[in-house]
Amino acid sequence: MAMATEVGLRQSIAIPETWGHRHLLGLEHLSADEITLILDYADRLQAATEHGRRKLDLLKGKTVANLFFENSTRTRNSFSLAAKRLGADTVEFSSSGSSVSKGETLIDTAKTIEAMMVDAVVVRHSSPGTPHLLARSLDCSVINAGDGPHEHPTQGLLDILTIRQNRGTLRGLTVALVGDIAHSRTARSNIWGLLKLGAHVIVCGPATLVSKNWEKLGVEVAYDLDKILPRCDVLNLLRIQFERQAIRPFPSVHEYTLLYAMNQERLRRSKPEIMIMAPGPINRGVELTPEVADGPHSVILDQVTNGIAIRMATLWLLLGRSQATLPSLC
Amino acid sequence: MESPILSDTNNWLIENGRLIDPAARMDREGRLLVIDGKIAALDPTDGDVPRGIERIDARGCIVGPGLFDLATEFGEPGREEDETIATGTAAALAGGYTSVALSPNTDPPIDTAASVEFIYSKGLRADRCRLLPIGCVSKERKGESLAEIGSLVEAGAVALSDTPSALENTGLMRRALEYCSMFDRYVFDHPEIGSLSRGGVMHEGLEQLKLGLSPIPAEAEDLATSRDLRLVEATGGKLHLTSISTSGSVELCRRAKHRSLPFSVGIHAANLHMTDNSMRSFDTNRKVKPPLRSLDHLEACLEGIQDGTIDIISSGHRPCSLEKKMLEIDAAPFGMIALETALAQVITFLIRPGIIDWVTALQKMSLNPARLLKQPGGSLAIGSPADLVVIDADRRWTVEAALFQSKSYNTPLEGAELYGLVRCSLVAGRKLYTAAF
Repeated sequence: MAMATEVGLRQSIAIPETWGHRHLLGLEHLSADEITLILDYADRLQAATEHGRRKLDLLKGKTVANLFFENSTRTRNSFSLAAKRLGADTVEFSSSGSSVSKGETLIDTAKTIEAMMVDAVVVRHSSPGTPHLLARSLDCSVINAGDGPHEHPTQGLLDILTIRQNRGTLRGLTVALVGDIAHSRTARSNIWGLLKLGAHVIVCGPATLVSKNWEKLGVEVAYDLDKILPRCDVLNLLRIQFERQAIRPFPSVHEYTLLYAMNQERLRRSKPEIMIMAPGPINRGVELTPEVADGPHSVILDQVTNGIAIRMATLWLLLGRSQATLPSLC
Repeated sequence: MESPILSDTNNWLIENGRLIDPAARMDREGRLLVIDGKIAALDPTDGDVPRGIERIDARGCIVGPGLFDLATEFGEPGREEDETIATGTAAALAGGYTSVALSPNTDPPIDTAASVEFIYSKGLRADRCRLLPIGCVSKERKGESLAEIGSLVEAGAVALSDTPSALENTGLMRRALEYCSMFDRYVFDHPEIGSLSRGGVMHEGLEQLKLGLSPIPAEAEDLATSRDLRLVEATGGKLHLTSISTSGSVELCRRAKHRSLPFSVGIHAANLHMTDNSMRSFDTNRKVKPPLRSLDHLEACLEGIQDGTIDIISSGHRPCSLEKKMLEIDAAPFGMIALETALAQVITFLIRPGIIDWVTALQKMSLNPARLLKQPGGSLAIGSPADLVVIDADRRWTVEAALFQSKSYNTPLEGAELYGLVRCSLVAGRKLYTAAF
């Protein structure tokens, strides 16, 4: 019985000929079909691992290195667990600050790790393009776990998976990303993925953090949350990134909360089936009140669970087949 | 070429070439006689040519006055890992530049008479192109108080500038324009309002929005340009904007030119053909100041070149050692090397497509910079120093920074196919550079 399941699973997650990626650097350049493939495989691997009660040996003998230049708890642990549930080994590197303060270039750090015969490097860094730099310099796979405000593809995918699991499809849904769009990699990855899968995307927040230029990409721009609220099927409440901003883009947290925090009162004016999401870590009382975060509309913890599934699917698709045969594509 | 690598002679007959004199707006076939390091005659009769004179066969080539750069940075003293005066002046000659005005961005910066002397003596020792030091406007190039500008001028500083930093302090800018006018020297400014651009990496716009890189908005330049021009009007001081890049700046300068204000406008060659689209590669060699702008700005700059609003095309040569450009894009320094590509960039992207002709190109790369600094150069007039360049304008080549004279490799054009190579460069009639091909 176990054998039969194993064979069935391997067939259901066979890596198609058309999948040509060695790295996952962002969602901007993935097609709708490729995104759907990752989501489908995440669902299958989630079922096969019985939500973590069962370990597989699909990536036995492979090693995944976490290389984090910014603090992270959930993403790092999520990648580690995903690797372990597929039977891979993991190794952890952390380093704070940029290359300059450390005296070693990023490329040297990464090459050192690669020399330990790792198959994939999961990298987070405050500077956009860092994973792209590594992808050009290393022979192993590179997974972007967040590069400054640029992209965070696995976060975008796990958000989309969470919506799809609840609603069955993205097509026709209205999804609002609320908050600091300018500095949010989560926003960018969500926007690319959501647009490709047919959702209507609204970016909403203070004008200092939401550029009108987004309209050129087919995204609706709004500054008044209360106006768009009745139309939204999903609200994704982005974290305010206090640390990234030289001149504060809004007068106070108090004012931000008045204008954009999701609270019980706003929930009452929303669609009854609205989904409340947040990539976390959440600032309770800033982006949303505890009642909303812990209420029946919140899928915040489902997002965390789905993160592991998305990362399993990503690791499998990138490492599941012999790399020698793959061209160097991003 | 008929002569070996170097020659001590400074008597030449340059024949079979196409002579271009931007000062006389001359563009025709002809012969050029150089005697004792000076231009002695155009189309001399055989009787006037000394017997046994060495000849340069410039068949198929352009012969013009050597190029003159106003936006070059080397690094010596203090950052010799980027470029020394010896490697930098050799790069200049290889690129066709016979004179270079050097930015004071060194460590320590060129803010004393002694440091001006240092640049001159190092330049003489290198014995390549002419090297003209620009002194700092402010003490230690900190933008706080005026440097001893009188002493700097006395020592031979040809202009005053804090480039590549902008003169952000408006009060200091006003004082600098007033004070430098006593010495009939230009203040060079890179127009940028730091509070709008600080931390920025690339031009603000749709590409920047997608890439999530910190923005350098166009208005950070427009406002500084506007401020500088207003201060020129108020003080009568002389201003050279080293490097504009926005449609706003072009328009402001165009209007100010109608009022005949004493200022000139420069642009880096890169801002005449590269756009912010190329930042998608996150290539740190594309991180330059001013940033590569979007197509609409680029087109406005090209119009400014055509209608004469922009007087001067500079290289914007800013070498950075390999290890500095290996960093992530936020941490990597700004700059690209360009002395050895600027001419080919102009030939490939401006002259060949017919945007400007050769006379105009040499006005902007040789005559106008020389006139601005009241230095010889930029013309083929009889009696002027034989600072000359022979250019094989149709020769196609592939950029390979490892083969450059420059010590650094930071060019975004690596691998690009360009047209136009310098065959030889003469300084005061001495052939100090001869191409290997």
